[in-house]
Amino acid sequence: MAMAQVGGLFLIALLALMGSVKAHDTQFAVHMALVAIIALAAAGWRLKTMDVSVKKTALQDREAHYMDDVVRAGAIATMFWAVIGLTVGVLIAFQLAFPHLNVEPYLNFSRLRPLHTSAVIFAFGGNALICTSFYVVQRTTGARLFGGGLPWFVFWGYQIFIVLAATGYLLGVTQSKEYAEPEWYIDLWLTVVWVAYLIVFLGTLVKRKEPHIYVANWFYLSFIVTIAMLHVVNNLAVPVSFLGSKSYSAFAGVQDALTQWWYGHNAVGFFLTAGFLGMMYYFIPKQAERPVYSYRLSIVHFWSLIFLYIWAGPHHLHYTALPDWAQTLGMVFSVMLWMPSWGGMINGLMTLSGAWDKLRTDPIIRMMVIAVAFYGMSTFEGPMMSIKAVNSLSHYTDWTIGHVHSGALGWVGMISFGAVYYLVPRLWMRPRLYSVRLVSWHFWLATIGIVLYAASMWVSGIMQGLMWREYNAEGFLVYSFVETVAAMHPYYIIRGLGGVMYLTGALIMAFNIYKTIRGDLRQEKPMGAAVEPAE
Amino acid sequence: MSTYDTLRHFADSWGLLFMLLIFLAVVVWVLRPGARTSYSEQADIPFKHEDRPAPTAKRADKTPVRGD
Repeated sequence: MAMAQVGGLFLIALLALMGSVKAHDTQFAVHMALVAIIALAAAGWRLKTMDVSVKKTALQDREAHYMDDVVRAGAIATMFWAVIGLTVGVLIAFQLAFPHLNVEPYLNFSRLRPLHTSAVIFAFGGNALICTSFYVVQRTTGARLFGGGLPWFVFWGYQIFIVLAATGYLLGVTQSKEYAEPEWYIDLWLTVVWVAYLIVFLGTLVKRKEPHIYVANWFYLSFIVTIAMLHVVNNLAVPVSFLGSKSYSAFAGVQDALTQWWYGHNAVGFFLTAGFLGMMYYFIPKQAERPVYSYRLSIVHFWSLIFLYIWAGPHHLHYTALPDWAQTLGMVFSVMLWMPSWGGMINGLMTLSGAWDKLRTDPIIRMMVIAVAFYGMSTFEGPMMSIKAVNSLSHYTDWTIGHVHSGALGWVGMISFGAVYYLVPRLWMRPRLYSVRLVSWHFWLATIGIVLYAASMWVSGIMQGLMWREYNAEGFLVYSFVETVAAMHPYYIIRGLGGVMYLTGALIMAFNIYKTIRGDLRQEKPMGAAVEPAE
Repeated sequence: MSTYDTLRHFADSWGLLFMLLIFLAVVVWVLRPGARTSYSEQADIPFKHEDRPAPTAKRADKTPVRGD
């Protein structure tokens, strides 16, 4: 078995090397060389560990333990990519404020922007989802992960996808679809990894010891299945050559646009929402030490999201060539999403009823609660912006960017940070985190950072939208485009500062996690110690 | 009528009704009164198998184990 694997890896390395030599463009040559190096490294590692694998513990004994080392690796990868993604985000924020920071050609805004979005969404968010889903599905089914070494393939395969995508952006490899920029060969690789992920998750559910499937797993499963469907359909493309990086979409014109935003918005709905709701439904009850407020509501929440979200995509294409009825459909379904979103928010928040004092003493629960609050806020703002009249002001402005970041930094970021803070002491068997007070520092830096970000983008975006539509008495536009850009300058700096604060919080977290893994404990006064009565 | 028109009219009439009925059926099913105990048991699932998988055979020791 091991020999066959090594042989297969050598074959892949050989084929990649040939592809690199025969490549039609530099980008493809670089990527194939990279693939060859990775395959050779994997083969070398397999040769080295081959003998050990024979002596591995018997199968029965392994089944009596959870598979946690892949979760540990996932927690570290989550933290690593968070720092990378946020750093690039801060850099491009300042590139917009100070254009001299654009370094041609590899480090200009247009190449770093997809690097930032993919690093935070797919690298940070994706690793957080994969790692927590592996942890949660084991704990809620009472079964070890299915598939032997397959979870490790998912983990490393996903990192390889990220590295190929990220290096590709810097080299200029893109199919120009937002949040789906990687080209055909990277998409094919992700499909393989994702199917393996689905097999691991489904296999674990099938061999569960618990008769019921806990609601968090429903959310995780819907995330995995839907992303598979979206990814495959949106990336249907014809490569110009099998030895080149360029491909053309199978769709054209408005069909292509609608497919893209069907993908794009459901990536928001099922990657950034459903997956992280799976996190919410496990980690908030665990950290609050009480079951979810209403299990019934959680199931209604789930099915409402499933039935409504998939139709909301056309709101990205208001006032375009898309048929009017499709635009209205997207708007109506987006507005209906208010109900499940707020139902879910109430369910998360009310889980703390009777334990509200924990907000004072436990900064991790505070982080999770603010995440749910931001979930409620951004799922209120989103449907509002999908209303055509509002969208005519907000679309193409910074308001959209502010909205995305209140969801991404507030909801996705904070719930993931909370989950990692919860996981690390348990995964490494530490009595507690290195420092709980540093979590509080992280909480406040991140929260104030988001407020700076969102508020500056509201002002900047609405100002931008109003300036664009300002006519004078003769019916001429009052402002030229560049005047609107100049007017936004101060808000870009405020936004950058907000990003710096959020990044600083994440760096403090990385330090805290590092010290916790090392086994250090900081001597400190406990949070929320009794306050001296006033005299 | 073109295929496009036929499909679009089917989608916003019978298709919509079909999906709505399924959804309503799910909601009614979730809210059925008899499920109260079952749901409260399910809500407790996260507190059951913290340290190790549920036993298939008998295992004596109860000490928490670090997964491998």
